[in-house]
Amino acid sequence: MTGTARSLLDLGDLGFEQGAHLLVQRALETLPPGAELAVAGLDPALVVHLEAWCRGKGHRALRAEENDEGVRATVTRGRTDLDRWARAERAGRPEPGGIVASPDPSWGLAARGALVEPGGPPLNADLVERDLVWAELAPSLYAHAASAQWDPATAIGWDAEVALAPEIERAVVQIMTFLVENEQAALVVPARLLARIHPHFREVLQLLAVQAADEARHVEIFTRRALLSSGEMGTSSVSGRESLATLLTEPDFSLASFLLSVLGEGSFLNLLTFIDRNAPDPVTRQVARMARQDEARHVAFGVAHLQHQGKVDPTLLGRLRGAVEQRHQTLVSSAGLNQDVFDALVLLAAGEWSPSGIRRGYAAVQELQEEMDQGRQHRLVRLGFPADEAAELSALHTRNFM
Amino acid sequence: MTLLMGAVAYDPKVVTIWGGFRSWLNEHGCPFDFVLYSNYERQAEDLASGRIDAAWNSPLSWIRSRRLAEANGRTLTPLVMRDTDRDLTSVIVVLADSPYKDLADLRGETIAVGAVDSPQATLLPRSFLAEHGLREGAEVELRRFDVGVGLHGDHIGGERDAARALAAGKVAAACMIDSNHLLFGKEGTLSAGSTRVLAQTPPYDHCNMSVGDTVPEQTKRNFGELLLSMSYVDPQVRPLFDLEGLTSWRPGRVSGYGALERAVDETGFYSAEGTVTAQGYRP
Repeated sequence: MTGTARSLLDLGDLGFEQGAHLLVQRALETLPPGAELAVAGLDPALVVHLEAWCRGKGHRALRAEENDEGVRATVTRGRTDLDRWARAERAGRPEPGGIVASPDPSWGLAARGALVEPGGPPLNADLVERDLVWAELAPSLYAHAASAQWDPATAIGWDAEVALAPEIERAVVQIMTFLVENEQAALVVPARLLARIHPHFREVLQLLAVQAADEARHVEIFTRRALLSSGEMGTSSVSGRESLATLLTEPDFSLASFLLSVLGEGSFLNLLTFIDRNAPDPVTRQVARMARQDEARHVAFGVAHLQHQGKVDPTLLGRLRGAVEQRHQTLVSSAGLNQDVFDALVLLAAGEWSPSGIRRGYAAVQELQEEMDQGRQHRLVRLGFPADEAAELSALHTRNFM
Repeated sequence: MTLLMGAVAYDPKVVTIWGGFRSWLNEHGCPFDFVLYSNYERQAEDLASGRIDAAWNSPLSWIRSRRLAEANGRTLTPLVMRDTDRDLTSVIVVLADSPYKDLADLRGETIAVGAVDSPQATLLPRSFLAEHGLREGAEVELRRFDVGVGLHGDHIGGERDAARALAAGKVAAACMIDSNHLLFGKEGTLSAGSTRVLAQTPPYDHCNMSVGDTVPEQTKRNFGELLLSMSYVDPQVRPLFDLEGLTSWRPGRVSGYGALERAVDETGFYSAEGTVTAQGYRP
């Protein structure tokens, strides 16, 4: 006895086969170890079950003598349930301000802010430092991304009339084929990265998951537009695939984010605007426009993440530069853009095969490349590169656009 | 010396449990290894003959290895046991709406028991029933459910089959350990409230860590003290305790094995020297 008054629990006719242990457990939780709980009840098997249950839970039950209160047994509270949580800790706090710099890998998949029982297998994640993956903008970007999801079946007016000259249609099909290939790279890269990030940084995981889902939709709508009239896809060149392969092999989160989102998807914003502007039919215009909305968000996260990291890592700019140079070296002997894609873009902007049309189209594609270059330089400057270095690095970007 | 312990592989989790204990003990300065047996009889023989230093013994295996050892002038020590090995009971259960009001009402009936070598579901209840005037083959018939023979009742299958036979009305009563009556009610093998506990045996003890006299006193003491120091607070220990079903190790004791010793003698399960004499028992 601890000297404290003995508590009494009356189970009525509730048996242990029907959940009586929950009431006993709740009553014991209010008592300190060593305190006693008198248990009354009418279930014939109550004492047998109470004894067996207490034994397994580290409590002790003592059968009562006959008495007026109908008490059947007295439980002496053990401490096993307390011991389980004795060294438990909170996995940070739930709100974004509560993330910690280096979450314990053994927190595993526990919700941020949960009380975590120590032990258990460590998480197989290698991106476990806040400064490697975080951006202050991530929570609001995720919220925006989630609210901006759209249904490919209804967001595009698939029933609109599309009756193009066969060569113009072929140019659209070629561009769509190129876009699908690039979007597949853009799907795989964030999907791979998110599995490597500690779930403590859940807004980053959520954002990357939505990013992958965005690309999945883009793959769908570009494929559907390509097959709308001809039923056949265009060509895929070795050089295009070589260029994309270099994105998939970059293991560093920041560098992968830089190459894909800031430089690649950044250039794609200009490309999608170009397709929108020169689209020969409403479906082509819509698919470009819908995809562009999403890509703008991906670029924003990439830039925000690198701006955050640039503040804590003075070596970042040097590493970004190294990544661009290395990718350039890898691709130096590659042709870059699929010639069929380049020609298709010219024809799309020309709208016809006349000399004046081709002149116009060719100039438009040159202007597109200039816009892409300006856009890259602008983002590089935002990351902290001096203007001349930004120009130099932008020029080294792959000719494949992405 | 590396202390070599035997354990019976009645379930795949045994590897996880003893592999975990092995790591913990070695990290805490006690060289320890284990070997697995397919049944308790060979383990009991090997412990008694000194081929292994210790054994995680069922109560029945404790009795046999002790008898074998003592017949050869050796001694075994029940070093530690789980807190959950102390003061267990078995229950004789009937259907709630059956006419049986006390044990005597079972005269002439058939009672389901577990495997031939289950202390809790066969040997102890049979002795308990005989003590209350219900002898097997005379006043009552026993229907045995031999699942996992050689595992000394560690396999729950025999008890569950006995409970199913009761639920199906094929027998008048069934014998099982108290915690399994609770488990079968929770899992639905016996629907809640459909059975009644007609009688309950006095408390008895279950497994223990038996250590042979091949182990130097100091090593034995260290081993025992280390086990007793294992804490449920320790995240490395806790999952092992949860799997093995204990919340702490307690000192071993022999006071809880009297009823089983008597039951073994009554049915001639083992001879006084530890020879297997049970009829039809093939582990």
